[in-house]
Amino acid sequence: MTAAWAADEEPQTQNIAHNDDVVRARQQVRTLAQRCRLSLVDQTKFITAASELARNTLVYGGGGELRSGLVEREGRRGVAAVFEDSGPGIPDIDLAMTDGWTSGGGLGLGLSGARRLVDDFVLDTEVGRGTTVTIVKWAR
Amino acid sequence: MAKQGTGSGLVGLLSADEGSLADQWIDSVVGSLKGRISKAEVGRELHELYGALVEALRAGGTDAQSQEMSETRALLTELSRNRARQGFTPTETAISVLALKRVLEPALNGGSAADVAAYLELGRLLDDLALFTLETYARAREEIISAQAVQLMELSTPVVKLWDGVVAVPLVGTLDSARTQVVMEKLLQALVETGSEQAIIDITGVPAVDTQVAQHLLKTIVAARLMGADCTVSGIRPQIAQTIVALGIEFGDIVTKATLADALKLALTRSGVDLVTRGGDQR
Repeated sequence: MTAAWAADEEPQTQNIAHNDDVVRARQQVRTLAQRCRLSLVDQTKFITAASELARNTLVYGGGGELRSGLVEREGRRGVAAVFEDSGPGIPDIDLAMTDGWTSGGGLGLGLSGARRLVDDFVLDTEVGRGTTVTIVKWAR
Repeated sequence: MAKQGTGSGLVGLLSADEGSLADQWIDSVVGSLKGRISKAEVGRELHELYGALVEALRAGGTDAQSQEMSETRALLTELSRNRARQGFTPTETAISVLALKRVLEPALNGGSAADVAAYLELGRLLDDLALFTLETYARAREEIISAQAVQLMELSTPVVKLWDGVVAVPLVGTLDSARTQVVMEKLLQALVETGSEQAIIDITGVPAVDTQVAQHLLKTIVAARLMGADCTVSGIRPQIAQTIVALGIEFGDIVTKATLADALKLALTRSGVDLVTRGGDQR
């Protein structure tokens, strides 16, 4: 985590094991983004990034978990989402972050695009152990 | 022989005071359902159930899955399906069976050891039947949900004709692979049936366009193009436009418009229709 969860509440957890869970993850993140009073553009960006990562967790990570909640750093409020899976991991991070490269059948923009959509992006992966992606969007 | 013995013990317990037992059972169930279903209907259901249960016990059935209980199970299936359809909770469904246990409790007071044993045996049977009821209830709910999902998929993707030679698909909600398939099929079919050469896909109602949605859109557009139609994407709101740029999705040479009206104007121009505004003739 790049910042502490806001003290007044626990992060919410959502399993990602099925296509419907991607929709649920999106709804959970949308509610948080609205409560954090992100602008409409920032809301949409954060939701879209979460949608990409949730789908990555499902498709490439073989399912996992989303934890999301409000965060605080130096008096600023933001919304954070942590996607964790115990899948195969990413062997070559630079390659995975390249626009247009995909190991599946997608456009190859999910991971790299998600990084551009958020303020903080932390990718932690190890082959054979799994992948954790943390994203944060700060309210302006 | 021993099995026959417990079976008849159970029958004895149930038919000791048949009329009042059944009535208490019905009252207890009606009370728990808070008047959302009429007493007459509950009475009819439970009387049949009571009859079937006693019959099954007389025939020697003491196991919920046994052959003798098939009539009872059929009645329970019907009951839980009805409850599921009418929107009752699982508790309100299972109570229909479990209430009988509570009604029988007074029989334990001052009852012989055989009565207590019979009650315990019947309790186990009723527990199994309640579980069966819940399982059927859950299955009925799942059937309803999947039927609704199919209906939703059909309903939410109409292809509308806007003008001679111009069709539009207003998309609402999330685009997944299954829905894209339906949209694509319907659009291509409509293009053939109406002989249209202009297609508009309106995404005003799509809350977020991520790479998967974009990919599905692109596939649909390429397919429409292969059939000789011009495709326009409309309804791109400001926040969606900025997100698409940040994601890095290329729409290439696909024409996009902010509103459906703009897209229609373009489609009309392309198909050779001139739009003329008559000055001063506004009613």
